[in-house]
Amino acid sequence: MAVALVIVSHSQQVADGVRDIAEQMAGDQVVIRAAGGAADGSLGTNAEAIARAITEADQGDGVLILVDLGSAVLSTETALEMLGLDADRKVQLSNAPLVEGAVVAAVTASTGQTLEEVASAALDAKDMTKVVR
Amino acid sequence: MSDNEQIGIRIVRRIQSVIHANTAELNAFDRPIGDGDHGTNLDRGFTAVLAKIESQSDQSLAAVFKTTAMTLISTVGGAAGPLYGTAFLRISTAIPELDGDHPRQVAAALTAALGGVQARGKATTGEKTMVDALAPAVEVSNAAVEEGADTVLVLERAATAARTGMEATIPMRATKGRASYLGERSIGHQDPGATSCYLIIQAVADVVRDGSTST
Repeated sequence: MAVALVIVSHSQQVADGVRDIAEQMAGDQVVIRAAGGAADGSLGTNAEAIARAITEADQGDGVLILVDLGSAVLSTETALEMLGLDADRKVQLSNAPLVEGAVVAAVTASTGQTLEEVASAALDAKDMTKVVR
Repeated sequence: MSDNEQIGIRIVRRIQSVIHANTAELNAFDRPIGDGDHGTNLDRGFTAVLAKIESQSDQSLAAVFKTTAMTLISTVGGAAGPLYGTAFLRISTAIPELDGDHPRQVAAALTAALGGVQARGKATTGEKTMVDALAPAVEVSNAAVEEGADTVLVLERAATAARTGMEATIPMRATKGRASYLGERSIGHQDPGATSCYLIIQAVADVVRDGSTST
């Protein structure tokens, strides 16, 4: 078992795409669920869909949630309140950048590290150097 | 019990109609300091809410407000979804049924709504958000209950306070939400969230006033 990931974005394509990229890095050992867009498919975030994704992703080893911005945070916090998980340390909302954070988290999770280690590695992706000059 | 069932759907119908009529204005308030979709998002949300409530059998106040919350949470899309969704969810637990003390229940509902919005958005007054309309409404409604005001008066005072609070957001500089990216340039615009919050409280006040004069 490994830490699971949930990807939250205003866009379903972005959420699905980030999940695909992260899955490619992690192989099939890490469960990754995407929750993107409002209920009618328009741009936005949907706390009900996020709550469903968290429940589906949870394998018992912790869930790290990565979000794009703005209402993604509010909707995720609402989802956690709906699930009664707002004070649960087994589910964490990450402050990491979405794409970089998801990739780093997926790789770290695939090596069997704990939620704290995965969360910390994802956060470090903030300082990832992409362009070397 | 049937009064109780009636009032929930009447409130939702009035909110939906007021938000729908003000969609363009709410978008216009949102355009200079946000992404210009506050009206469209709320109109989509409350239209979905009304459709759900019209088709559900349980019309109790708690069920109506719970459906309102869950539908806003999934259909609005922007920050207003979780904020208003949490507010209505807290209201549904604060006043599951109407008891004999309606003025106190109105104040309790507004207080619960403010608690939900603040828990979610972590905003306080003076930050150019819906809290600037809601917080004065809570304060005034609780004071009115202490003075022995009836339900209509409590709601009218709350709506007036929300309107004053909404207008007071114009000179404020935003420090929360997307408007905060604009810094000084957010000054001089009325906050769309405070505006929709006033419209909703006024809609509830109108429903209760009309209900009390027609019987």
